[in-house]
Amino acid sequence: MAYSDQVIDHYNHPRNVGTLDKASADVGTGLVGAPECGDVMRLQIRVNHETQVIEEAKFKTFGCGSAIASSSLATEWIKGRTVNDALSIKNTDIVKELSLPPVKIHCSVLAEDAIRAAIGDWKKKNGVAELSPPTPAR
Amino acid sequence: METKTSTGSSQVETLAGVHLPIYMDNQATTPLDPRVLEAMMPYLTTKFGNAASRNHSFGWEAEQAVDAAREQVARLIGATGKEIIFTSGATESDNLALKGIAEMYRERGSHIITQVTEHKAVLDTCRRLEKSGCRITYLPVKADGTIDLEDLKRAIDDKTILVSIMAANNEIGVLQPIREIGKICHERGVLFHTDAVQAVGKAPFNVIDDCVDAASISAHKIYGPKGVGALYVRRRNPRVQIAAQIDGGGHERGMRSGTLNVPGIVGLGKACEIAQNEMAEEAVRLSALRDRLKTRLEAELDYVHVNGSMEHRLPGNLNMSFVYVEGESLLMGINDVAVSSGSACTSATLEPSYVLKALGLGDDVAHSSIRFGLGRFNTEAEVDYVAAKVIQVVRHLRELSPLYEMVRDGIDLTKVQWAAH
Repeated sequence: MAYSDQVIDHYNHPRNVGTLDKASADVGTGLVGAPECGDVMRLQIRVNHETQVIEEAKFKTFGCGSAIASSSLATEWIKGRTVNDALSIKNTDIVKELSLPPVKIHCSVLAEDAIRAAIGDWKKKNGVAELSPPTPAR
Repeated sequence: METKTSTGSSQVETLAGVHLPIYMDNQATTPLDPRVLEAMMPYLTTKFGNAASRNHSFGWEAEQAVDAAREQVARLIGATGKEIIFTSGATESDNLALKGIAEMYRERGSHIITQVTEHKAVLDTCRRLEKSGCRITYLPVKADGTIDLEDLKRAIDDKTILVSIMAANNEIGVLQPIREIGKICHERGVLFHTDAVQAVGKAPFNVIDDCVDAASISAHKIYGPKGVGALYVRRRNPRVQIAAQIDGGGHERGMRSGTLNVPGIVGLGKACEIAQNEMAEEAVRLSALRDRLKTRLEAELDYVHVNGSMEHRLPGNLNMSFVYVEGESLLMGINDVAVSSGSACTSATLEPSYVLKALGLGDDVAHSSIRFGLGRFNTEAEVDYVAAKVIQVVRHLRELSPLYEMVRDGIDLTKVQWAAH
């Protein structure tokens, strides 16, 4: 299969690889996928409680090149955004940016799920309601 | 490391003295041996006659070439020339053997026994036979990839006409105990077909000693051309009868009509002759290379796992799982090396390898598998390059792998509540 230049670039130079302290109050962790499906993504965010801005994002992914690229790109995109703004990222945006073929769309879906799961975890930890007040544009 | 010395084709020479990309997928197909091409050339150019033309020299020389090739194929497997039917390849041979025998022996019974790690050419043929009223038993395999002979004995009943068990598996290279299988079949009066595509020319195989009644052979797995193969059909003790599946001019003693692929057949014959002369030596060399690769990978990486028996295995095959690394991402990292993966992502069906699953491996281990297929033209320098490259890429991907990190932190992955998708 031929990979797009963007996928190859993220595969060779993944952005924001790493681990944040799961137990920390300002960290949200999303772990999605399953080993038997061949994809597991863990996306973590460190959120500023005052501004609700994602100040740090880290990921680790077990999966194909497209899965690695989707999660790497996701961390790049959410960094510096507010949590609510980050929730507006759609899997189709990832498909477009990475030129993913139809057979790899599930990788982008998983990345969107990972963003939602990480933010959901942070909100739960911090008692933030799902419908938090809109924050000013960044 | 890489320099830019272009070498004719699209290959690039490295400082280590290997040409990239490296081909190490010899269970998929093999390159044509130059000696085979040389033998074929006259039949692709001046000696173009139809082997069925009985009244001129063009036909005679083609027929002679086919007869000589028939003998070369027969000699390699301990058969006689008259027992060799040329086909378009092993898929056709498997179809012809199973459908032809099922049709011919219908009166005697319609039960066929095979096993779960067969090639799709056998499994899908069996599925079709099931639709036409045959009863098929699919024997399981043990963790090492071989069948249990007691299972086979129990499965044979008075309606069983045929047992079809491959000699060597294409993914894991595991050799089935075909001699014992053949003996059981002959004792019970059941025919024995074997898909011998991967074994012929690489491991000892003899239709007399192994009690084989029909065997499928392919040229392109033994450094011959694509699009040509053969089916061995026993002529005595017992005489096996096969109903033709392709009707026409009555070629190949009526069992397979169609103008003979003379250059291909000459190539298959030459490939068999070379294999016969060089197999013993080549097996020793390939086993050593394969073991060198395995030893290096095992020494440098943790959580690696050989799939299938190492004891009963083709010399050139190594199938390994690099656990916590997904196979397709590994292939992407070693893109200057041609190998295969059992990962779902590399298959059209998005299912991981059914062969690996049949060994009882979890889907996660199947997703992490790579098949290295060493062949006649691989060198020690190539093995060293591949080992170094795989080690480097597996380490990189494990840095990215949440599973590897979790396991290192002592988390039992089977206890994690995964959000399956």
